[in-house]
Amino acid sequence: MKTLLTIVAFATAACAQDPVDIQTLHVQGNVYMLVGGGGNVTVQIGNDGVLLVDTNFAQLAPKIMAAIRKLSSGPIRYVVLTHVHADHTGGTEALVKLGATPAAPAPALVVAHINVLNRMVTPLPGDPPVSQPLWPNDTYSTPFKDFYFNNEAVIVTNLPAAHTDGDSIVFFRKSDVLSVGDVFEPDLYPFIDLARGGSVQGLIDGLNHILDIAVPAKYQEGGTLVIPGHGRLCDEADVVEFRDMVTIIRDRVQDLIKQGKTLEQVKAAKPSRDYDTQYATEGAFVTADAFVESIYRSLKK
Amino acid sequence: MIKLHTGIPSALLVLLAVAAVPALAQQDFSGEWAPLYHEDGPERLPGPELADYTELPINDAARLRADSWDADRISVVEQYQCRPHGADYSMRGLGNLRVWRDIDPVNQRTVAIHTHLLAWDSERTIYMDGRAHPPDYAQHTWQGFSTGVWEGNMLSITTTHLKENYIRRNGVPRSDKATLTEHWTRHGDYLTVTTVIEDPVFLTEPLVRSDNWYLDPGQHIGIFGCEYAAELPKPEGEVPHHLPGTNPYLHEFADYYGLPYEATRGGAETLYPEYRSKLNGYHPPDHCERFCVCTTLFNCNLR
Repeated sequence: MKTLLTIVAFATAACAQDPVDIQTLHVQGNVYMLVGGGGNVTVQIGNDGVLLVDTNFAQLAPKIMAAIRKLSSGPIRYVVLTHVHADHTGGTEALVKLGATPAAPAPALVVAHINVLNRMVTPLPGDPPVSQPLWPNDTYSTPFKDFYFNNEAVIVTNLPAAHTDGDSIVFFRKSDVLSVGDVFEPDLYPFIDLARGGSVQGLIDGLNHILDIAVPAKYQEGGTLVIPGHGRLCDEADVVEFRDMVTIIRDRVQDLIKQGKTLEQVKAAKPSRDYDTQYATEGAFVTADAFVESIYRSLKK
Repeated sequence: MIKLHTGIPSALLVLLAVAAVPALAQQDFSGEWAPLYHEDGPERLPGPELADYTELPINDAARLRADSWDADRISVVEQYQCRPHGADYSMRGLGNLRVWRDIDPVNQRTVAIHTHLLAWDSERTIYMDGRAHPPDYAQHTWQGFSTGVWEGNMLSITTTHLKENYIRRNGVPRSDKATLTEHWTRHGDYLTVTTVIEDPVFLTEPLVRSDNWYLDPGQHIGIFGCEYAAELPKPEGEVPHHLPGTNPYLHEFADYYGLPYEATRGGAETLYPEYRSKLNGYHPPDHCERFCVCTTLFNCNLR
């Protein structure tokens, strides 16, 4: 099973091999998406300042800040962390520092589910310690937290035991954009981080919750747009394909477990084989075997 | 200066004549087009049979995906109820076509061609101004992003950024990594569209198909409209599908038509004449009993 170290090593290697350019895409309304390096960064701008969802890796912070400054000269007031992994949280300290302005020197509020803080304060054995400036300073332990920023409601909702045990999705209600972290990655098998409280059923529940919020425009396209943890900009229909894939493979593994198959027998049956050419392409972080194993272990818990 | 009886200076007349010559022999496809269904009629009109994968160069992944597909998904799962065809399928489906173009008033060149199809009111813009396709991280749509170039009087269109959809309406998938190439040619009042789908996820070689249209100036395209709704009680998040090895309908198509089952499973090998040698002297049944004479939606011989 992959560890936090593996995630860091995987993505750091990717950054080292290829000088990363941060690309900016206007999503809709006040919301932009920054792509490159680690996880996608969501940027909401307006008269109140800047809100970020996730912060990518620390070494990319100057480039990310440069991209933000092309959109807004305002201070970074909020950072929302969708989960604990370093490819989404590593740049927090640097961006909070870089994002302060003389007129607004106070550090940004760093919002996350309480379990993100818990995981940072007490890393798993073998994981590197997470320095305190990277910790969230505005945690929540209720089902959701909301606030009003840049003239729109921002609703942060916890998805229990999904990708990890501290997942949040962020809904920008007026812009009609969801930023959902690694619960959804359109071209990759999801990493169900069992060691940090993730589960396949929680992941499926989380995807169904995203579908409950998203409303498509005419003929199932557009409307609410969805920024995934990694990969291209999406909408509800893309989440449906991904939800179907996870659900169908879960059902197959569940059926094999009911037949009394062992983990090795389940893997040998290749229950994901019709999805592997799509989601486990060369170099993918989660292989087909790893995905099947995570489902098996999650269902056996 | 010599003056003709028109009163227009001859040099100006020559200039006007030169300017009226079509640039690069381009064709105008503008107008109302009605579809002809003589090609692949049974698949396109009543709809494909379950587990009919003939003529499709699919890989094992696509085959299992289609074997697992359950038609209940398009009624039980609300998000499927109003899904349109993708750009690669919409020209084959039900519907009439309107084509119009945008002209740059400065130089009179075609900068974009637009299409509208009855089914799901699908509209597409084919950019003719040489612009690049969007980056990989941009949104995908049902109709994708299309650019066109002239090759003589043939219009060649490249479409990327497609959403995942089907290449046959019985669950055979086409991925969002696919590229669609079209070649439009006009022969008087007839339009032939040849399509080539390349899909690294589900096809082992390009899938080539064609469809035909005739000019129908009196055609009126109506509105389509669709509203999704919960039609059946179901558990939250249910996704109907067949577990591997449990789909009871896979032999139905072969049985209807008296075909060898293996020949219905698709794959590049089955596309070529040499495959006949593997059919061990197969002879089709004497009588066709299903979808034999489809020339319109209403005269198909349903069993």
